[in-house]
Amino acid sequence: MNQKYLIPLTTVFLLFLVAYTGVEGAGLHRFFGIVIPYLAVLAFLAGFVYKVLGWASSAVPFRIPTTCGQQKSLPWIKQNCIDNPDTSTGVCLRMVLEIFLFRSLFRNTKAAFNRNESNKLSYSWEIFLWIGALAFHYSFLVVILRHFRFFTSPVPSCIKFLEYMDGIVQLGLPGLFISGALLLAATLFLLARRIFDAKVTYISQAADYFPLFLIIGIAVSGLSMRYFTKVDIVGIKELTMGLATFSPVIPKGVGGLFYAHLFLVSILFAYFPASKLMHLGGIFLSPTRNMANNTRAKRHVNPWNYDVKTHTYEEYEDHFREKMIEAGLPVDKEE
Amino acid sequence: MSDQLKPDELLNKIDYAPGSGNWMDNTASVQIRPGMYCYAAKAESVQTLGLPNARPWNPLEEDWKLPDNWQEIVFQGLKDRLERFRTFKVFMDICVRCGACADKCHFFLGTGDPKNMPVLRAELLRSVYRNDFSTAGKILSKIPGGKALAGARPMTLDVLKEWWYYFFQCTECRRCSVFCPYGIDTAEITIMAREIFNLLGLNIDWIATPVSNCFKTGNHLGIQPHAFKDMLEFFVEDIESLTGVNCTPQFMKKGADILFITPSGDVFADPGTYTCQGYLILFKYLKDKYGLDVTWSTYASEGGNFGFFTSHETMKRLNAKMYAEARRLGVKWILGGECGHMWRVIHQYMDTMNGPADFLEVPKNPITGTVFENARSTKMVHITEFTADLIKHSKLELDKSRNDDFVMTYHDSCNTSRGMGLLDEPRYVIQNVCNHFYEMPPNTIREQTFCCGSGSGLNAGENMELRMAGALPRANAVKHVHEKFGVNTLGTVCAIDRAALSTLCEYWVPEVRVAGVHELVGNALILPGEKKRTENLRLEPMTGFEEEDDE
Amino acid sequence: MNKNMIITGLVIFVLAVLSPFWFNMITTTEAAPKPELLGKAKEEKKCVLEKYDMRANHPSLLDEWRDSVVRNSDRQYTAANGHTFGMSLSTGENSCLGCHEDKAKFCDSCHTYASVDPYCWECHTNPKEIK
Repeated sequence: MNQKYLIPLTTVFLLFLVAYTGVEGAGLHRFFGIVIPYLAVLAFLAGFVYKVLGWASSAVPFRIPTTCGQQKSLPWIKQNCIDNPDTSTGVCLRMVLEIFLFRSLFRNTKAAFNRNESNKLSYSWEIFLWIGALAFHYSFLVVILRHFRFFTSPVPSCIKFLEYMDGIVQLGLPGLFISGALLLAATLFLLARRIFDAKVTYISQAADYFPLFLIIGIAVSGLSMRYFTKVDIVGIKELTMGLATFSPVIPKGVGGLFYAHLFLVSILFAYFPASKLMHLGGIFLSPTRNMANNTRAKRHVNPWNYDVKTHTYEEYEDHFREKMIEAGLPVDKEE
Repeated sequence: MSDQLKPDELLNKIDYAPGSGNWMDNTASVQIRPGMYCYAAKAESVQTLGLPNARPWNPLEEDWKLPDNWQEIVFQGLKDRLERFRTFKVFMDICVRCGACADKCHFFLGTGDPKNMPVLRAELLRSVYRNDFSTAGKILSKIPGGKALAGARPMTLDVLKEWWYYFFQCTECRRCSVFCPYGIDTAEITIMAREIFNLLGLNIDWIATPVSNCFKTGNHLGIQPHAFKDMLEFFVEDIESLTGVNCTPQFMKKGADILFITPSGDVFADPGTYTCQGYLILFKYLKDKYGLDVTWSTYASEGGNFGFFTSHETMKRLNAKMYAEARRLGVKWILGGECGHMWRVIHQYMDTMNGPADFLEVPKNPITGTVFENARSTKMVHITEFTADLIKHSKLELDKSRNDDFVMTYHDSCNTSRGMGLLDEPRYVIQNVCNHFYEMPPNTIREQTFCCGSGSGLNAGENMELRMAGALPRANAVKHVHEKFGVNTLGTVCAIDRAALSTLCEYWVPEVRVAGVHELVGNALILPGEKKRTENLRLEPMTGFEEEDDE
Repeated sequence: MNKNMIITGLVIFVLAVLSPFWFNMITTTEAAPKPELLGKAKEEKKCVLEKYDMRANHPSLLDEWRDSVVRNSDRQYTAANGHTFGMSLSTGENSCLGCHEDKAKFCDSCHTYASVDPYCWECHTNPKEIK
């Protein structure tokens, strides 16, 4: 078996058990319910800000967007304003499409080589990674936003509306939220890709499996609380509202599963800034996407541009003067 | 090329299923193998440029004669570059290894070597970055097994050799960057890795010697001024015998309207020479018809810039000649010939490095009145932008039928497509000088174009297996249109392409030849006072004149 | 992208992450409801499940009851404490609302607090409202 995913899988299991037994066995409600969540939020924010400021402190010496369409040149040639923008509006549009619709991933193709039949390389549109990624990110976003019902009282109507839309299928009791099921399905798909697609298996690191298992753990514990094992939701909200209003309380009758769920979420928060999950911030800062392709029209300044040793024309002419004169090439100094 | 693999043998080796296990574990077994690597830089070339650690060395030998503190140099080199380039720092941190780039690289598609997947090429460097620079990596590496968890590894000689092998198997074509959801550009990472190599004196000779030539003599091939003039005069004679018109160019004429700079490869080797003759015919036409004064220079006689494949600093040192010569000659603006990486440098770097070009005028075509707004600051215009503008305003008399023996397709060069976006201009020119034009499949052109497999200084002779493997995706698409539409000519606006694609076609699709866009312009353009042409610039009979020739 | 834009973006992000905290500072926050036992329920002191069990499991219990009544016409529920109750939300003295007379306090206060909107009341009516 592959230790690249066995180690992260075991780690997530252990983390779950630590919190579960810590609460159920050792009674560490305050530690797992109050101390850890606060620390996790702190670590998340501090780490995130530190990382982004670190990126910001590095210079952007050249304007080097990856151009994915026709440039702006002659007025009668139709420019691709989104994939090769020359204005900040175009760049914004490109970034919005990139951030919200994963435009680049949408282009994904799959290459295949048919040896002997035709010896042809063929490229087919590969949409599943895009669908999986989009499903994962949006369902996760909806799940996170829905959780605002635990941090607000009264719950704002926009959150209620979101819950209503998310539960619109009115299936089962309590009513099924599409986002939760989709989140689990999408993470399982992304995991299956890593395990069964040989190329992706080969490039995957433990650091790719860990967040997946962690999110699967969070989704499973959350879903099981809602649909199977049941919890006292008013008690849980007392705890979360206590956290949000800085007057933490530990409610009675809330079991280990909830604390394990909360602990996994906390781990995700704390782990976030130190991991590849920082692509959340990084996508905004990618210079191949967030710059306009107008380098010839508008000069870009390199903050650390320095003078270099060049070979001047005078040195060149000194070197070749005789030959140049002989060949009838014009020279500056006739000697 | 006698001991080279035959196309069938090369195809037999392709297998896209990577082995199992951890790629980091087989670093030590990476064999630098003949046919796949380029010879080491000659000491004297490194010396000319004053770059560090000039000495004879051989990549196949155990001892690379590195400085004692090479690890420190690598560490410091990485550190400096992480501070200087946000691209580098962000790209080190945010890759999620989704694998979208994996099968986008022509070297992966041609070799099946998993370390040629762009993501792994970058991971070769990232694994060391995680070990030396990331907080998480440092903390994790303190616990047993933590290094594996973080995907980190220390910088060892084996790792350095693996870097060297694989970062000289990347042509900086940026195709992966088009598909990356974060725009991670492997070219940028390769550029950084090669900068590090140059700190240790680990360049390849196919880059180092052209760079040193270009620095001293003005062009990569080391053509001295008198020889450069001679070579162009050769073309003049050829053109005169063909058309009866003398197209003698001007050299370093002070006060000319336009300075023209093109890659020296076009002066030196077929089929670039025909493109060069196309330029001469075009300039003669514009001079006679409209009085446009274009000058060439032997000092700035290189459009290309192999410095770009060495380091940002070296790129700047070579590029400086363009503005320096334009200033000395007092021209209004600069016109650039057909070249790929030359245009990446001009479009995305030149003004920043060596500008502002306030001594030049905003480029305006005096014949059509068009102001090239997109080159307002850099003041350098691509020749296909220039020619397309002339054709659009009907300023050129063209006889398309003279190119009837050219059944064309067009290869977008990586740099002009993904580092500039010059896509429709050359197509417009081709379609106005040729009757037969067919596109290759959509996944292989425009921004998704495939590299020739020999870019970024890898067009040497000793790494032919690598080049032909990398050329496979492009060749496959060419073969497709050759079989489907009878395409016999692959058009391009890149000097490296003209050389590399010729080799590619000879190997994979021998029925197809390569032509620069301005070769076709040269054929079609009707010079004032010319005699009836029956042959094209290659001295082959034009369609309809074959029989005359037989008589 | 210049530094000012990055910092602006960061500030927005941090504010968004901290929204549960500041949102409760700038708005009046309703405290958790304390369910009161009123009237009959106060005297009875015996219910179908233990307190915390009840809090967590009453939706599924009602669901089971519904199936039992509709499919098996079994209308009596014997609780773990030996008492028998009518399997009904709102009909009769022995139903939930027959004992817990104040729907607003007994059901709605917690449902509103937890933003739960059960569809019980799409069919059932509060017996008090009929009068």
